Amino acid sequence: MEMIMNMLKALMGWVDARFPATKLWEEHLSKYYAPKNFNFWYFFGSLALLVLVIQVVTGIFLTMHYKPDANLAFASVEYIMRDVNWGWLIRYMHSTGASAFFIVVYLHMFRGLMYGSFKKPRELIWLFGMFIFLALMAEAFMGYLLPWGQMSYWGAQVIVNLFGAIPFVGEELSIWIRGDYVISDATLNRFFAFHVAAVPMVIIGLVVAHIIALHEVGSNNPDGVEIKKNKDANGIPLDGIPFHPYYSVKDIVGVVVFMMFFAAIMFFGPEMGGYFLEHANFVPADPLKTPEHIAPVWYFTPFYTMLRAVPDPFLGVVAMGAGVVVLAFLPWLDNNPIKSVRYRSALHKLNLTVFVLVFIYLGYLGVKAPEPVLSELGLRFSEVYFVFFYVLWFHSKTRDAKFSFMSLIIWMGLFSLNDFARHVEGSGELIMMGWFIPAVYLAVMFLAPLYTNLNAEKAVPERVTG
Amino acid sequence: MKKFILAILMVMPSLAMSAGGGVHLDKVDLDLHNKESLQSGARLFVNYCLSCHSAAYQRYNRMAEDIGLTEAQVASNLMFAGEKVGETMTVAMKTEDAKIYFGTKVPDLSVISRARGADWLYTYLRTFHTDDSRPFGVNNTTFKDVGMPHVLWELEGMKKLVNANEMKEHPGTAPKFETVSEGKMSAVEYDNAMRDLTAFMVYMGEPAQLVRYELGIYVLLFLVLLFLVAYPMKKEFWKDIH
Repeated sequence: MEMIMNMLKALMGWVDARFPATKLWEEHLSKYYAPKNFNFWYFFGSLALLVLVIQVVTGIFLTMHYKPDANLAFASVEYIMRDVNWGWLIRYMHSTGASAFFIVVYLHMFRGLMYGSFKKPRELIWLFGMFIFLALMAEAFMGYLLPWGQMSYWGAQVIVNLFGAIPFVGEELSIWIRGDYVISDATLNRFFAFHVAAVPMVIIGLVVAHIIALHEVGSNNPDGVEIKKNKDANGIPLDGIPFHPYYSVKDIVGVVVFMMFFAAIMFFGPEMGGYFLEHANFVPADPLKTPEHIAPVWYFTPFYTMLRAVPDPFLGVVAMGAGVVVLAFLPWLDNNPIKSVRYRSALHKLNLTVFVLVFIYLGYLGVKAPEPVLSELGLRFSEVYFVFFYVLWFHSKTRDAKFSFMSLIIWMGLFSLNDFARHVEGSGELIMMGWFIPAVYLAVMFLAPLYTNLNAEKAVPERVTG
Repeated sequence: MKKFILAILMVMPSLAMSAGGGVHLDKVDLDLHNKESLQSGARLFVNYCLSCHSAAYQRYNRMAEDIGLTEAQVASNLMFAGEKVGETMTVAMKTEDAKIYFGTKVPDLSVISRARGADWLYTYLRTFHTDDSRPFGVNNTTFKDVGMPHVLWELEGMKKLVNANEMKEHPGTAPKFETVSEGKMSAVEYDNAMRDLTAFMVYMGEPAQLVRYELGIYVLLFLVLLFLVAYPMKKEFWKDIH
């Protein structure tokens, strides 16, 4: 026994002299000190990594049987579902994984928002994360074309046409993206190339950068306390514990619980009532027949609502893009020195709650067919979505009465100007009703600090709690 | 104002995205483990549907295995055009011909149940009625002005729609019919036959569903066992972290 151990030690020494295996293991796992107070919300980083692995592995097996050809694609997916051994399981893992990826990533991002994980010195971690999010959206969008069903086809048609709204170069640009005047075999082939090779490589590279940046500065925690400020004689953070074995065994529990939900969906309801796999996508793509209602998959719908809220096509595209990009600026918008929501004001907690509800509601509106009342709500809640980021900046410190009222007047003035501009005969009542949505939100957020103590913050402890 | 508040309150998305445009649908209760029902559905399918519609992703031998028949039984009872049992359910009719006969392409039925849903199929198969303005003399309340003739008329007989005006005024109203001519089956027999046919098409839409529920239970049980190992292990490692 001892002889074997000695041989293994010698082998490790031989490797370490040539490749920093032990060094990497220690730096990133066994001697990477993570705060001991991670809670539920800290599972989603490792779960995102798990889903990435699921998507890559199932994707490789799907690629062995899928045919990126407009005449064969739909049939090859059905071939996988029927004739390939366990093909249905692999395909459902991949389709469920796509939605699971977004659920996990949205929760992971919300964690960052709650505990101020993007604040100094973690701005780059957040930016790498934003690039992962962008790449993930591209990956999902192009992957969705591959089954070549009606929703694949028309969804891609609608989204690529958006580029056509860009002045001067739009038309040329959208033709360049499609490789044709409409979505066609050429588009399918290039989307396949991007989906299986180009974008996954970008995502994996960005994930590596995300984790390296994280391990350079160390993890934040639910208290938003820097554990590196309190170290013992050996330079080890007092509130830190080695990632391995503590968080590796904890994350295994998270993985098992997550897999229960994942398996339940995959085996008992892979379509998720038409949200994970849309019913209309079981009809082969038909360029001559537009479906009654084209709805993007659920994870894009909040941004789709922002697109639809603006009547001008180009400005709509700008709004949708801005809805994503604005998140990247969070590290420079939320300047409040307190990181964690635990010690921020009640008003800030309310603000975050409103933001989450608005995001979910925008997503709900995005799957509905447009009708006047819902469109008005789409615009109003999009206004709240964007102005939330100003409120976040506004709440960074105590503001005086003059600045608070000016903020309210300027924002509501801008929204009202837009209302005058878009007012047509008969739309007055709806616009007036809708006006109250951002008005009430902003009045509470700007004026509550002046007249209530909802803005009172708590003292941040020196060391992590619990 | 009321409408406005109501719209805000409707946060829960409805799950009925597939149901087309407010048409009334009858609910159907299917049992995909009932092999006799699937076999009866398969018989109806190959006799009445497969002459025009293909099911180009469904193999005969896969069907035999899944619905509890031998390949020989399928070959002698359910195959008529000299196909091989390893082949899929294709039809001889060309797309161009179909356009001449029916004015439209005839859709492949392999995954139609996943696009339309079981309730829709079950309702559609039972709502053909006489309509002299249509080329084949029949229309359908579930799929208005459909190009398909009532191929099952010899089983169901013919019926006419009696509440067309009411349906127009209140979309979503169930159609009411009156028998014009009797078919080989009674109303109850026909409903049962259509339930079998729907069950077969639902099976065909996703053959894997015959096994995935059961497999899912085993996978979940395995995960529960894994949890019973993983959670105490975490507890053990963490017992001196405070």
